[in-house]
Amino acid sequence: MSSLNSAIPSGDLAEKWTKYKATAPLINPANKRKFSVIVVGSGLAGGAAAATLSELGYQVKCFCYQDSPRRAHSIAAQGGINAAKNYQNDGDSVWRLFYDTIKGGDFRSREANVHRLAEVSSNIIDQCVAQGVPFAREYGGLLANRSFGGAQVSRTFYARGQTGQQLLIGCYQALEKEIARGVVQMYPRTEMMDLVKVNGHAKGIVVRDLTTGEISSHAADCVILATGGYGNVFYLSTNAMGCNVMAAFRAYKRGAYFANPCYTQIHPTCIPVSGDYQSKLTLMSESLRNDGRIWVPKSADVAAKIRAGEMTAADVPEAERDYYLERKYPSFGNLAPRDISSRSAKEACDEGRGVAKSGLGVFLDFKDAINRLGKDAIKARYGNLFQMYEKISGEDPYSVPMKIYPAVHYTMGGLWVDYNLMSNLPGLHVLGEANFSDHGANRLGASALMQGLADGYFVIPATLPSYLVNETPGKITTAMPEFREAEESVHDRVNLLMKNGTKGTRTVDSFHRELGLLMWDKCGMARNKAGLEEAIAKIPGIREDFWANVKIPGDSTQVNMELEKAGRVADFIDFAEMTCHDALNREESCGGHFREEYQFTEDDPDVKSGYTNPGEAKRRDDEFSYVAAWGDNGPGKKPELIKEELEFEAVKPSVRSYK
Amino acid sequence: MNLTLKVWRQAHADDRGSISTYEAKDIPEEASFLEMLDIVNEQILEGDSGEEPIHFDHDCREGICGMCSLNINGVPHSKEQGITTCQVHMRKFRDGDTIWIEPFRAKAFPVVKDLITDRTAFDRIIAAGGFIDVRTGSAVDANSLPIPKEEADSSFDAAACIGCGACVAACKNASAMLFVGAKAAHLNLLPQGEPEKDRRVLSMVRQMDAEGFGNCTNQYECEAVCPKEISADVIAKLNRDYAKAAVKEAVAT
Repeated sequence: MSSLNSAIPSGDLAEKWTKYKATAPLINPANKRKFSVIVVGSGLAGGAAAATLSELGYQVKCFCYQDSPRRAHSIAAQGGINAAKNYQNDGDSVWRLFYDTIKGGDFRSREANVHRLAEVSSNIIDQCVAQGVPFAREYGGLLANRSFGGAQVSRTFYARGQTGQQLLIGCYQALEKEIARGVVQMYPRTEMMDLVKVNGHAKGIVVRDLTTGEISSHAADCVILATGGYGNVFYLSTNAMGCNVMAAFRAYKRGAYFANPCYTQIHPTCIPVSGDYQSKLTLMSESLRNDGRIWVPKSADVAAKIRAGEMTAADVPEAERDYYLERKYPSFGNLAPRDISSRSAKEACDEGRGVAKSGLGVFLDFKDAINRLGKDAIKARYGNLFQMYEKISGEDPYSVPMKIYPAVHYTMGGLWVDYNLMSNLPGLHVLGEANFSDHGANRLGASALMQGLADGYFVIPATLPSYLVNETPGKITTAMPEFREAEESVHDRVNLLMKNGTKGTRTVDSFHRELGLLMWDKCGMARNKAGLEEAIAKIPGIREDFWANVKIPGDSTQVNMELEKAGRVADFIDFAEMTCHDALNREESCGGHFREEYQFTEDDPDVKSGYTNPGEAKRRDDEFSYVAAWGDNGPGKKPELIKEELEFEAVKPSVRSYK
Repeated sequence: MNLTLKVWRQAHADDRGSISTYEAKDIPEEASFLEMLDIVNEQILEGDSGEEPIHFDHDCREGICGMCSLNINGVPHSKEQGITTCQVHMRKFRDGDTIWIEPFRAKAFPVVKDLITDRTAFDRIIAAGGFIDVRTGSAVDANSLPIPKEEADSSFDAAACIGCGACVAACKNASAMLFVGAKAAHLNLLPQGEPEKDRRVLSMVRQMDAEGFGNCTNQYECEAVCPKEISADVIAKLNRDYAKAAVKEAVAT
């Protein structure tokens, strides 16, 4: 069996990164410009990496499927970015950010990576402010903070409800500056279709120009993937329509290991589904939980009347309301972490107490906050979010409570990487949401932006030389047979889709919807053995049907959005199968992975002592304290499981309680 | 509801293009405008015509990525104020309505296919000077530079631009002054942006001209359609900053 070397430096946890930077190999400026780097993705991780590596002197090629690097989906992050600045003097520190993130991840992430993330968090804020990112400020001119789920300090920096946008624009501007210098070559509307390996090392990619359909190869001394998450495997998610797993999955097919795909984050505060025509779900920022109170009626009968339109929220007296997060988790209340809040909403709705027409929705109520602070103060804090809600739902959240329900939002799993952010394939580096490394089984709010920028601005620039020093630059060209082979396989795949597509009868979206529904039912907020086995049995049928009956009009030599979507959905189908295998294998509940067979019951000592509640996720550290990395075994075969045991030196994994 | 759509179809950049008519049947009023187009596209695909679906740009579908465009009944992002096309919902239309759907029109935004246009001219304007040149890792502590809240807020108002190009599409001159003014104001209003202020406005305005965008003749159409409601005041500020920088440049040479 293959083994994994996480390459974590020796020494004290708090000293590892400092020591690493002091002793890591360097490449002198005259040699740096001989090395070329491919960066796929232009979001916070990819954009930051491309800009910074270019500043350092490497030749960079950056690719994105959107029409401009500024449109990457990092832009949609609303709430904020964490940093252990302790500007609020409320007791924050690198250690606390590290600890909260490890605990928030349900003790399923690597200590060394998470500590490094907490260490560089402060540098990110400095860098972004210097770029002109307009973070919220106090009247004294200093930066403001707010609190987010899973933390008892205010360490979140924010820019109204558009933090992701402002950070990405900062990053994009840095990237454009390097494009203008001629060091970064930018390829928008270009999709990575395959990874090219030379002697086992990742040395290039095959791409399709989405405007002309042209398939071409690019060679480099190393490849960086920063291609985001796979939430759209569920069809409905808060991801952008184009977000897909193709780049990461193609790397997996070429031998890279995919780690922990079953760790998917279901975000508790999204606008509920309203019909089957729906194309995506809209997130309402977690920051709303600072002032909004989540509740459902105590009685299912009252909830039924609300669903039927016979009663409204205002008709329910205080004594009849169940503020269930405040009741169950008094010390964190409405700011309980995402996985826990989402499951509680599902529980309430499963009990028949949901308030949206479909039965799947709970109230997020601002009445008390408006009474306490005034409407203007609430408008200043959340104005654009309230406006967004009103536009979508047609209801005014200043006068009636919002209705929300959990939706797929973020994926903690991703390609396996070591401490250098390099995968098991030498030369292939993976950043941001696309890797698995920092969030364990559940990500805390305001930590995705932090990780993306940490990886791009500060980690990869320091770790990339460890790989490159052993390489001779410029040896790789696209004339090598490995590139021809990969190009041919891409041509074959596109041709096969078009050939089948011209006589097909079913739309790409209909397959995507079918797959998504199956995944949501069997591998969504709650999973069990029978359901996962059922999904694994059904997916091959969807795949067969897809390749036989998918309909794709037009041709492949120009813009063809059905062809683009078909390629992505084909990979989602195969990817879904691997995800279900992972979820089936992990016979425990942790973070975003909730196996119904493994939950606390009345008889557990931790429940009897009052430390946790029945129904909470139950980890099994003795057997599952490992990273599950999956290797491809060929089409239709169960993937191979390779384990990386997690070692906890600084923190002792405990039952995660937010009571 | 049932609607009649008049949609611009153009097979590729060199095609002449024309309006085609589609019946959009049984559209739920909770659907968004783009979901309505999705439904029509499903109907086109399920039919036997072999016709390609209507191509349009879109991605985040929550009003922030700036990728969606469309002139809806002649107005970029529709006549609804302060939102993008993806945030328009069908409850704003009535059963039996006829809706005209066209691409953003401007010489600098050539049509790629159907409703998709090429807006990379905006990227080249940013590359010309829409940034603060700060090397990663060289920044000082974020709180070492207090910025009065009012200044930070004004800068933010301009920074809200999503680069969609509606301002250009609405302008009879296809001017990009609101876009350029917004970026210049965002950065020039901040102390961090001060050192490169003159160079920034000169380069960005010259790039804007080179891309073929027209002049501003103070019609304020741009402000009216901006999904982020950016004020045309940024254009006045751009003009002032440009005049000062141009004079300084003339004196220095």
